[in-house]
Amino acid sequence: MAKRAAPEVNAGSMADIAFLLLIFFLVTTTIETDSGLNRKLPPMEDQVDPPIIREKNIFTVVVNKNNQLLVEEELTDIADLRELAIQFLDNGGGVGEEACDYCQGEKNPSSSDNPDKAIISLKNDRETSYKVYISVQNELVAAYNDLRNREFQRLYPSAGISYVEAQKRYDDPRTSMEVQEDLKPKLDRVKEMFPQKLSEAEPNKTN
Amino acid sequence: MSKFKKKKGGELPAISTASLPDIVFMLLFFFMVATVMRDSTLMVVNKLPAADQVEKLDKKDRVMYIYAGKPSSRYEDKYGTSAKIQLNDKFASVNEVGAFVLAERASKRQELQNVLTTALKVDSETKMGLIQDIKQELRKVSALKINYTTRVGNYQQNLN
Repeated sequence: MAKRAAPEVNAGSMADIAFLLLIFFLVTTTIETDSGLNRKLPPMEDQVDPPIIREKNIFTVVVNKNNQLLVEEELTDIADLRELAIQFLDNGGGVGEEACDYCQGEKNPSSSDNPDKAIISLKNDRETSYKVYISVQNELVAAYNDLRNREFQRLYPSAGISYVEAQKRYDDPRTSMEVQEDLKPKLDRVKEMFPQKLSEAEPNKTN
Repeated sequence: MSKFKKKKGGELPAISTASLPDIVFMLLFFFMVATVMRDSTLMVVNKLPAADQVEKLDKKDRVMYIYAGKPSSRYEDKYGTSAKIQLNDKFASVNEVGAFVLAERASKRQELQNVLTTALKVDSETKMGLIQDIKQELRKVSALKINYTTRVGNYQQNLN
């Protein structure tokens, strides 16, 4: 009986398996990207003649140094901020030329005329904590996004997605040109209905 | 019959190591792809606040980063505990922000110079005064597109 060694396993295909795995990981790994709230600062030049804005079209949000929130001069909890901002933006109290035909608010004559006129003014103290500031910003952006979602879904129910999802798809570089071109006018129209007018006052100086 | 007889010898067949390089290369490639290069070491505490209405910040070549927060524990005895700004690899004062932005802008390609975003990576415990100063500096050099970099999460995580 001849003594025979066990036949060697053919390793020729090992490289193929390795490449298969490599390609699998290449495809599935997403490099983590940062995300955050995009904002635009106002340019430095002072406006020659500031436009006259009626008091009722301004929604004032003040955060004081103790991180308390004053909305329209009333102490408010951050949890209620989104709802209040939506009520203000969606009010549509204007008449005649300033009427808003898509607003579903209370049409209160002492609140904003239409979303195009409505301005949210955010003021904070130098001692305000950044995390509270971000929370307030987040809730105000959320108010705009909620309203834009509503209008987007009302106008384009066939798209089957919300405004935020549509914007995300539009920004995604993998989206094809046709889809982007299709989305752009829709997004612009909804943006025009509820333009983000968020003004930030110069901070209070504390002595 | 003798064909199927068990081998009597105790020695094990040698495992082929021919594929070892492949495996190593595979791992190498994987880490090469998955690693995000961090161009500056963080010298400040950087616990970002949470927000859920976020937009993605991709295209890394169009972003410049400004960090702010309290100096991390090993720099504490040297730089104190009040919040500081970090640009690239060193602490900076507020009036250096403008020069930093201009230098960053000059180092980018011509067509990107107008679409640059400034990402503010600020620790959640920082006071707004410092951020207000940074924003004022950014306005002076008209770097108006900013992004408050946040974690993804509910805002209520910030408040306790």
